[in-house]
Amino acid sequence: MLGVGQVTAVQIDGLTVERGGRVVLSDIEASFSAGQVTGLFGPSGSGKSTLIRSIAGVQAGVHGTIKVLGEEPGSADVRRALGYMTQAPSVYDDLTVLENVRYFAAMRGGEVGSVLERVQLVPWAHQLVRNLSGGQRARVSLAAALVGNPRVLLLDEPTVGLDPLLRRDLWRLFRELVSEGVALLVSSHVLDEGRRCDELILLREGRILAQLSPEELSRRTGTDDLDEAFIRLIERA
Amino acid sequence: MSPARTLATARRVLLQLRHDPRTVALMLVVPCVLETLLRLIFAHRRAAFDQAGGPLLAFFPLTTVFLVTSIALLRERVTGTLERLLTTPLGRLELLGGYALSFGLLAATQAILVSALTLGPLGLHIRGPVPVLVLLAVCVALLGTGLGLLASGFARSEFQVVQFFPVIVLPQLLLCGLLVARQRMPVALHAVSDFLPLSYAVDGMHHLSLQGGAGVALWGDIAIVLAFAAGALLLGAATLRRRTE
Repeated sequence: MLGVGQVTAVQIDGLTVERGGRVVLSDIEASFSAGQVTGLFGPSGSGKSTLIRSIAGVQAGVHGTIKVLGEEPGSADVRRALGYMTQAPSVYDDLTVLENVRYFAAMRGGEVGSVLERVQLVPWAHQLVRNLSGGQRARVSLAAALVGNPRVLLLDEPTVGLDPLLRRDLWRLFRELVSEGVALLVSSHVLDEGRRCDELILLREGRILAQLSPEELSRRTGTDDLDEAFIRLIERA
Repeated sequence: MSPARTLATARRVLLQLRHDPRTVALMLVVPCVLETLLRLIFAHRRAAFDQAGGPLLAFFPLTTVFLVTSIALLRERVTGTLERLLTTPLGRLELLGGYALSFGLLAATQAILVSALTLGPLGLHIRGPVPVLVLLAVCVALLGTGLGLLASGFARSEFQVVQFFPVIVLPQLLLCGLLVARQRMPVALHAVSDFLPLSYAVDGMHHLSLQGGAGVALWGDIAIVLAFAAGALLLGAATLRRRTE
């Protein structure tokens, strides 16, 4: 599945996650590469966030193996190389945008100004986060994940609730990042966005339906409508 | 340990407080008001004021810092900032170091202000050196950081975490020797008070009130308060799990 010159950044084998005695992810095999946007798609409750948290090394009850750049999730080397954006904006409400990003920059090193430009928050740099809109907060949270040029980026629903123009700009940014060699995993429950990815991981009820490119998905299911393609995959499974 | 990340964390916590001037004002003003109130209650009983006013100076930082730490850390847990921080190179001890540093600084400011008022205009007599009093207040603040951190680990909401205040702090206030000297308590209660850190902070204040220099007993009390603080911080650090459900 890997093209020439692509380097596997994250490799997941036989991953099962239990939470409160319930199996939420079951026997996951997946991988994603540097230089590609990999989309993690599935309805809400399918286990997307749990999978991302497992890769970030913050999920308990994990069985199986995950390697991030060949290392254990949560190890010191991985923590230097990984940017993680949680689903709910996890930044400090009572700090300004600039103060937030500066603090996360102090954790990993890296330049603050260019990151604010990339997420288009320069005009709001001195605003308290609590006074911002939901979409702006989400971008502060994204900036905190981007700062320090992480080689592996895990973004949990970064485009939810954004206006279409901003969403387009963000996808352009994602393209820019992967052209710089970042391995980018983006989750979303809006299948339409799948078109903008190089590779899709389709998740349902804690299991992987398929990992393939959008073109292959269309070819295999005989439709260009990704929603319809997803349904056909489920019916076939 | 990276001093840079610890300092960045301390700076961040202080910046959060700077954007919340009302909380800072309450932390600094309320103890002053309470000492003044105490002075007015004991208007004609100077000796009683001398006896209660000093120990209260050691009690304020515990209250203040316990409350702000427990709520601040609970927020870090609930809003996901803690989870995110634990995916960065920041270590748990660096995070705690940052909190201890910033709240220690805050407690020092509070202690300087309150003791300036209490020892000056309110006329409280202490014989010991004032800098040691401030040092004792900072040690109590570190204890407050540790206990607050521990409380935040056992709470799911801000409602729950403030309920730990009467559980963890008020029994210490009743048993620390402020109301009844510890030697005059029933044997069992005296024994219990031996295991409570505030008892040693108040003992230390008594030494400061009665003795000219800083004697061995006073340093012993300060060391015990610090040991409790270190213990609480380490136990609290164990509640900062990287992997959660």
